[in-house]
Amino acid sequence: MQNKVIEVRGLKKSFGDLDVLKGVDLDLFEGENLVVLGKSGSGKSVLIKIMVGLLTQDEGSVKVLGQEVKQLNSKALNELRLKIGFSFQAIALYDSMTVRENLEFPLVRNVKGISKAEKDKLVEGVLESVGLIQTINQMPSELSGGQRKRIGIARTLILKPEIMLYDEPTAGLDPITCMDINQLINQVNEEYNTSSIIITHDLTCAKVTGDRMAVLLDGVFGAQGEFEEVFQHATIPSVKSFYDYNFIQ
Amino acid sequence: MANNTVAPKSGLRRRIENFFIGLASAYRFVERFFKEVWFPPYEFKELIRQCYQIGYNSLPLISLTGFIVGVVFTNQSRPSLAEFGATSWLPALISIAVVRAMGPLVTALIAAGKVGSSIGAEIGSMKVTEQIDAMEVSATNPFKFLVVSRVLASTFMIPVLVMYTDFVALMGAFLNVNQNELVSMSTFFVQVFDAISFLDISSSLLKSLVFGFTIGIVGCYKGYNSTKGTEGVGKAANSAVVMAMFLIFIEELLALQITNFFRQL
Repeated sequence: MQNKVIEVRGLKKSFGDLDVLKGVDLDLFEGENLVVLGKSGSGKSVLIKIMVGLLTQDEGSVKVLGQEVKQLNSKALNELRLKIGFSFQAIALYDSMTVRENLEFPLVRNVKGISKAEKDKLVEGVLESVGLIQTINQMPSELSGGQRKRIGIARTLILKPEIMLYDEPTAGLDPITCMDINQLINQVNEEYNTSSIIITHDLTCAKVTGDRMAVLLDGVFGAQGEFEEVFQHATIPSVKSFYDYNFIQ
Repeated sequence: MANNTVAPKSGLRRRIENFFIGLASAYRFVERFFKEVWFPPYEFKELIRQCYQIGYNSLPLISLTGFIVGVVFTNQSRPSLAEFGATSWLPALISIAVVRAMGPLVTALIAAGKVGSSIGAEIGSMKVTEQIDAMEVSATNPFKFLVVSRVLASTFMIPVLVMYTDFVALMGAFLNVNQNELVSMSTFFVQVFDAISFLDISSSLLKSLVFGFTIGIVGCYKGYNSTKGTEGVGKAANSAVVMAMFLIFIEELLALQITNFFRQL
């Protein structure tokens, strides 16, 4: 049986009176791409932000690579974060830095005594992986939405993470660029041997990138399994309506 | 039957609560700064970049303002002194006014507008576009990189800018005095330095350090705690300026009392 890299049990999170996660259970196995689907505001991003310690749960357990995230001190949490790549919905490239500086940022702070030659090799290597070596000296504001997404993913890859968390990787992109990003996610999974959680509400992205799906409805997972299992034989009305809505779109 | 419903808080009570919550949050922010400033990693490169942004990039505005302050203050003071036939006291009067109060205050207010708003808006927009979260997940301490470097740069650069403003304002005053009273530069500056004491200069620099710290920490605090959205960024920039200016006036008043106490010793 494959190893679990992420294990979530009974996860609950509220913001004021709003209960966002109401007891979520989830496993991510080594080497798999798990897609978490759900409507906007269903708590998908909250779930992965808890996994990297950006938010703290109210109840439940979140184990990443065998470590309970909530119990880690800041040093141990930072060490764990180095093994996790997080691609943000808003991309979150540093506006005041060039593409090269954006990619060097995590390197210079986390790899002690790295030489300029090693730094250049790593930066150029990941940029070649995402097919954007020509943008190395450009500012983020000079790039298109798709290019920015790719650079965002490249920045997470520079530290060679074991787990990738993608928050809405295709949001706001045209269908062709979406397909490019979907292919890039699969390519990253193969090249870097990562295990990934892909948060999306885009069924095409889910079908192309996911080995397994989990649909988040009203704060709990309504359905889990392979694409066909979850959607084509959906018995839960809200899962069916989610599929129908995407199909019409 | 017991009534379990909680009565809604009145507007005044909620505002008082929010005020104290804000005060506690600001206190924790300042406390975190003083905890983090001493320990590595030190972001020297970012500190130098911020010193350049705050210091060098403020020079044109500070130069113009300082010069105008010197000229206008000299012009406005002349008639009053002329009534007593005391226009020869102009250099002394101007040097005391500029070094003790106007130089630090004008520089701090200009910097609160320019630097405070820019820090508030920059950090605020980084917050709403998840750039601060991105730093955190890449195992970098965003507080150290963004806040400590900016507050230190502001604290170091405002006193430098104050000295520069004092010089430019005195030059403006000299040109005016030279044209009207035909006083030479050496005579003017001898009178200027005769009128001011070590206490004037040191208190001016010390309060400039406090002004610089205030501008930096208020800008960072407002930006770091800005709410989601572009509206929040605008509010952060605006309230950074208003709050910094308000605090600068209060600090000026306190500095005056403390300096007067030492002057009387």
